[in-house]
Amino acid sequence: MTTVLDRPTTAAQPPARETTPRETRRQLTGVRVSDLLELCGSAVAALAMTAFVSTQLAPITSPLAFVAIALGAFLALYALLVWMTSPGVAVRDRLVTVVVHGLAFTVLAALVFVVTFTFARGAKALPHLNFFTQDMSLAGPLDPLSTGGIAHAIVGTLVQITIALAITVPLGLLTAVFLTEMPGRFARLVRTVVEAMTALPSIVAGLFVYATLILALGIPKSGVAAATAISIMMLPIMVRSSDVVLRLVPSTLKEASYALGAGQLRTVWQVVLPTTRSGLTTAVILATARGIGETSPVLLTSGFTASMNTNPTNGPMVSLPLAIFQFVKSPEPTMVARGFGTAAVLMLLVLALFVTARVVGGRTPLKVDARRRAKAARRAARDEARLERTSRHRPRGRRPLSRLDELIDDEPVHPKTPTPDQEQP
Amino acid sequence: MSILEIDAPAPPPPTAGTGDADVPRRIGTRRSASDRAFRAVLLAAGGAVLATMGFVGCFLLLRAWDALSRAGWSFLTTQAWEPDSGNFGIAAILVGTVLIATVAVTVAVPLATGTALYISEYAPTRVRQTLVSIVDLMAAIPSVVFGLWGFFFLQGHITGLARWLSTTFGWFPPFQVPGADPHDPLATATVYTSSTFIAGLVVAMMITPVVASIMREVFSQAPVGEREGALALGSTRWGMVRRVVLPYGKGGMIGGTMLGLGRALGETIAVYMIISPVFAIQWHVLANGGSSVSSLIALRYGESTPFGMSALMAAGLALFLMTLVINFAASSVVARSRSGASS
Repeated sequence: MTTVLDRPTTAAQPPARETTPRETRRQLTGVRVSDLLELCGSAVAALAMTAFVSTQLAPITSPLAFVAIALGAFLALYALLVWMTSPGVAVRDRLVTVVVHGLAFTVLAALVFVVTFTFARGAKALPHLNFFTQDMSLAGPLDPLSTGGIAHAIVGTLVQITIALAITVPLGLLTAVFLTEMPGRFARLVRTVVEAMTALPSIVAGLFVYATLILALGIPKSGVAAATAISIMMLPIMVRSSDVVLRLVPSTLKEASYALGAGQLRTVWQVVLPTTRSGLTTAVILATARGIGETSPVLLTSGFTASMNTNPTNGPMVSLPLAIFQFVKSPEPTMVARGFGTAAVLMLLVLALFVTARVVGGRTPLKVDARRRAKAARRAARDEARLERTSRHRPRGRRPLSRLDELIDDEPVHPKTPTPDQEQP
Repeated sequence: MSILEIDAPAPPPPTAGTGDADVPRRIGTRRSASDRAFRAVLLAAGGAVLATMGFVGCFLLLRAWDALSRAGWSFLTTQAWEPDSGNFGIAAILVGTVLIATVAVTVAVPLATGTALYISEYAPTRVRQTLVSIVDLMAAIPSVVFGLWGFFFLQGHITGLARWLSTTFGWFPPFQVPGADPHDPLATATVYTSSTFIAGLVVAMMITPVVASIMREVFSQAPVGEREGALALGSTRWGMVRRVVLPYGKGGMIGGTMLGLGRALGETIAVYMIISPVFAIQWHVLANGGSSVSSLIALRYGESTPFGMSALMAAGLALFLMTLVINFAASSVVARSRSGASS
C-alpha cells in the first residue's frame, strides 16, 4: 500500500479534457452472449465442414478420425472468431480454456464410460442371487447364469486382504512412527529402501513369493502365500503415506505433551496418533485398495480354483481380480458376463472402502462430537472426585497421592519451559 | 525428542541473596521402562521392514545370478526367450515394455494435466470437491477392470484410428504397419489388433487418474498471493496459470509423470490381456504383437524349469532396476522443487 501525495509545487494542471464519456461499470464475471455464440458457431461450422470433407472430398470412415478432424477445425475456427474481436492474449486464454475443458471432460467421460461399460456388461449376472451365494464348482462353462457364482472369490478376497492387513497395518504403522520418532541414519536408510520398494512391480513381488515360499520352502500354493505377496505390495504404500501424514504433526503439540511430563509412548499414543487419525485411515484405505485389486501376485502364488476354499493355509484360493481374469479368458458369453459382474462387485467393494474411509477418517480431532465430549466430561468428573477423596485423608510421608501428583512430583520438567518463578524478576 | 531429567538442585548457598552461586544443572536423559520398550519395538519394526525389503532385492539378485552368469552381456542384446537352450535375453521385451510405457505416458500426461488444471483452476467451486473424489476413486480402480474394457471394447473400436494413423502418418517409422495394405477394402483389421498402441492406451487410462491426482494436489498448493498478484497485474487466467501455477507445480508434474511411468512399466494383467507376445523388437507400435517383461513373467512362470525361473527372475530384476531408477529420479526432482516432498 503506497499513497501518492500531491506535490504542492507542481505547475498548474492542464484542464481535464471532457472528451471521454462517463465511465460505465465493466462486467467482470458471468458469460457474455457473444462468448456463447462464438462457441456454438464454431462448433456448428466445424461439424459442417468435417461432414462435407468426409463425405465429398476424402473417404473418412472411422468415427474417431472424424472426431479428430472436427476438433481441429473447431479449434481453428474458434481462434479465428475470437481473434476478430479480441487481442492475441485473449485468444490464447480462450483457446486454452476450451482445450482444458475438453481434456478434462474427455478423461472424466472415459472413466465414467469404463465404469458404466463394466456395469452394463455385468448387468446380466448381477440380478441373480446365486451369483453371490454359490461358487463355480457345479457350474460348467455352458451353464446359464442361474447356476454358479462368485461366493468363493468374495470369501477369498476378504480372507486374503484380512491376512494382508493384519501384517501390514501394525508393521507399517510402527515403521512409520519409527521413521518420525527416531530420526537418524538408520531411519534414513529404512526410508530410502521403503521408497525404493514402492517401485516394485507387482508381478515381481508375486514371483519373489513364488520362488521363496512355494518353490524353496515347499509351502503349497495357498491364500497365505497370496496374502504375503499382497502384503509386500501394500507395505511400502502404507509406510510411505503414513510417514507423510505423521511428519505433518505440529511439533508444538508434541512439545506441549513432553512439557506436561508425558513420555514418548504416551505422546505418540495420545497426541500423534489421534491427531493424524484421518490421514492414517486414508493410508490404510489406499494400501487396501491397491492390495485388493492386485491380480498377478495372486495368480502366481495362489492359483485358480472353482470351488470355495475357506482354509488360507492349504490349497488354491481365488480372489476377485483373479476370478475376473479367469472368467473372461473363456469365449462363452455367460462366462464373460460373470467376469464383468465380478468386476462390478470388485468396484463396489473399492467404493465401499472409500466411503468407509470418508466416514471413519473424515472426522478431524478438533471437531469433538457429543459422545466424545460426554466421555471427556465423565473422565474429568471422575478425576475430580478422586482428587477430592485423596486430599481429604492425605497419608503421611512422600508417597504419591494420585496420578496427577505423581506426574508433578516424579516426572521431569522441561528446563526450557519458563516457570512462573523464573519469570518474576 | 528426549526426556530430560534434572538432577536435584544443588543445596542452597549459605549466603542468600547473591545470584552468582548458581551452578549449572546437569542434564541427562533417562527414559522410563515403557518408553525404552516402545523404542525397542519401533526399532524392531523398522528393522523388520528393512530386512524384508532388502531380502526381496537380494533374493532376486541371488536367484537371477544363475541365468545372468550363463548369459553374460548377451542377456541385454538377445531378442529371444528360450532359456533352456541358453538363447535368451531381454532386448525385445525391454524395448516392448518401454514402448508401451511411452505410449501410455504420451497419452496420459496431456490428459492428466488438463484434468488437474481444470479441477484446480477452472471448475466451479461447488463441484470441485466432488471431482477430486471422483479422480481419487478412479485412481483406485483395479487395473484388471481397465484390462476388461481394453479387451472387450477398445480392441474392436480402435482399429479405425490405428488404420487412419498408419496411412496418414506412415512416413513416421513407428507408425508403419508392415503387411497392411490401406488400399485393399477387404483387408482384415487383425494387423492392427493386439498392438503396443492399444496396450499403451489401456495403461494410459489406468495411470491418468493417478497422475492427475498428484498434479492437482500440487497445483492447488500454488500460493494464493502470487495468483492474485498475477491477476492484479492484468494477466488472463491462462497467463496466471502459465506464469504462476505451472512453474510452481513443475516438480509435482515431473514427479507425477515419473510415478505414472513406473506404474506403466510394471503393469501386468491389462497388458497381458491385450497383447499377443512376440520376442523380437517390434518398433511398429500400431502393428499386431508386442511384449513386456511383466506379461512375459505371467506367461511363462508356470512352465519354467529352475533355470527358466532364474531367467525370469533376471528379467524381473531388470524391470525392477528400471522402475527403481525412475522412482528415485522422480523423488529427487520432487524433493528439490518448490512444492516440496510432501506430496
